[in-house]
Amino acid sequence: MSDPSAASIVSTPPAEAPNEIGAPTNAGLPENARKEKPRGLLGDAWRDLRRKPLFWISAAFIVLFLLMTAFPSLFTSGDPENGNLQNSLVGPSSEAWFGYDFQGRDVFARVIHGTRASIVVSLLSVLGVLLFGGAMGIVAGYRGGWVDALLSRIADIFFGLPFVLGAIVILTTFNGSGTSNSKAEIMGLVSISLIVLGWPVVMRLMRSSVLATKEADYIVAARALGAGTGRIILKHLLPNCLAPLLVYGTILVGSYIGAEATLSFLGVGLKSPVVSWGIMINEAQSLIRVAPYLLFFPAGFLVTAVLSFVMLGEAVREALDPKLR
Amino acid sequence: MGRYLLRRLLQLIPVFIGTTFLIYWLVWSVPGDPFAGKCGERPCPDSFVNKMTEKFKLDEPLVVQYGNYMKNLFQGDFGQTFGGREIGDIIATSYPNTLKLALVALAVEAVIGLTAGVLTGLRRNGFLDNLVLVSSLFLIALPIFVIGFVAQWLLGVQWGIVKPTVSSEMRLSELIVPGFVLGSASMAYIARLARTSIAENRRADYVRTAIAKGLPMRRVVGIHLLRNSLIPVVTLLGTDLGALMGGAIVTEGIFQVNGIGQQVYRAIITKESATVVSIVVVLVLVYLLMNLVVDLLYAALDPRIRYE
Repeated sequence: MSDPSAASIVSTPPAEAPNEIGAPTNAGLPENARKEKPRGLLGDAWRDLRRKPLFWISAAFIVLFLLMTAFPSLFTSGDPENGNLQNSLVGPSSEAWFGYDFQGRDVFARVIHGTRASIVVSLLSVLGVLLFGGAMGIVAGYRGGWVDALLSRIADIFFGLPFVLGAIVILTTFNGSGTSNSKAEIMGLVSISLIVLGWPVVMRLMRSSVLATKEADYIVAARALGAGTGRIILKHLLPNCLAPLLVYGTILVGSYIGAEATLSFLGVGLKSPVVSWGIMINEAQSLIRVAPYLLFFPAGFLVTAVLSFVMLGEAVREALDPKLR
Repeated sequence: MGRYLLRRLLQLIPVFIGTTFLIYWLVWSVPGDPFAGKCGERPCPDSFVNKMTEKFKLDEPLVVQYGNYMKNLFQGDFGQTFGGREIGDIIATSYPNTLKLALVALAVEAVIGLTAGVLTGLRRNGFLDNLVLVSSLFLIALPIFVIGFVAQWLLGVQWGIVKPTVSSEMRLSELIVPGFVLGSASMAYIARLARTSIAENRRADYVRTAIAKGLPMRRVVGIHLLRNSLIPVVTLLGTDLGALMGGAIVTEGIFQVNGIGQQVYRAIITKESATVVSIVVVLVLVYLLMNLVVDLLYAALDPRIRYE
């Protein structure tokens, strides 16, 4: 649910590579749907990617962050939620690498455990944005006419809302000070508000690539052979429109990690029993003169995570874009 | 051009109504009791509830409320807060501050971004080129509140070069650091866009012709190359101004600028529903109109683009 989205971008091409060469003629059979992807492009892209150090560095960081998400106890045995007030604001030492915060909680343990909230929320939101926006884009592009006009106007409405402002309004409405949402509910709400505000971009992206491929000869041929709408969309349209979405999605994971932290920092996103980088930076804000390390460690992790995904996205884009080769 | 403008303006209307209605519904209707927490730890007295229900016409259906609100708005009446303050006044005092900050940010990003972009576009693959590419990647990836805090801590607290917060006079010297923070991400985009655009046009026929007929390099770059390469950059700057005028909730918060972003954030947190709606309506309108202006600007700058 949470981890494979980013990893699959990295790992699918090699897994597919041998099959592609072996069975190009079976492409029409239902069980070979995955092989219908623009295999030349993906294969080329993978060969291109493998030679890039930037790709390997960012992929290594992402794997590390995914490990922290899944098994935080591999990296730290500290308690992220309960602290000892005796240690309040004790600086970094060999015992606690990143020092202790105001409540005497181990900052290293908190930073490691905070990975989960950021990564899960951003991956969930990106998944939602891609699925919902992509579906809307396919419907709008393929149907055309009044459906397209209506969906485009609806997308315009959500696109017209400034991002941070819209997210704050939505979150204070459903996640205000009086509500008592559980951990999972808060994370779900933050994801939903990111999805609500983010889908129009994906829809426009998908719509334009569907419009560009809709009239291609192989689609016309498929229709002439009697393929139904569902089959044309799933087997022919989708695999050929996926590349720009893949790139956008990877970069979006990075920017959503930043967005989630911004919302938590403003006090409307994740709230205190949840451990997250944004909350930690928010707490460090008032202590910046006394204990700047409280700001730097979570901010450093945040920046590294965002950069890894953005760099991976850039590398994938360069590999997928034949013009840049 | 006239017909295009008319069509775009007509298209704005449903989007404007949709967005503002969405906000109106979210702010007034979804939370249920609009008076929750308004009177401290106890429920509000009936007299207050009755008065406010009458004042904001809360017993009418939502659509009627919204219609009334819009009617007043187009007569220049932004409504009042629960406390009876005119919302128009709040906007009038804080919006100039936001505009000042936005203009400073725009100037900073235009100057630094363009310089970096033009220099690297002319000489690719040098040390400077790589430096700009890497640092722009950092600026794009860093969330704005991290940049803001680091700048405030380093320049304001640690080195003491500037004051960490902006005073109410909004002097230009105080606004440079917040402006830099606010414009940092766009600065990186501008540098990258200018770099690609210059590098692309550097190989164009008209540049080769200009060099071949013996024009000095200054003139080739300054007149021929720059004018043609900066069209996309100018439109990006325009879009950005639209976004910047929407207020910078985070930057204004960190540097304590009394701008529209701060006002709307405070209003959202203290549940001043009328203020939230009014400010958001203004911001959405500004944003939509700026996008329209940018599209027209694009056609005006580039004679190859013509809207009928």
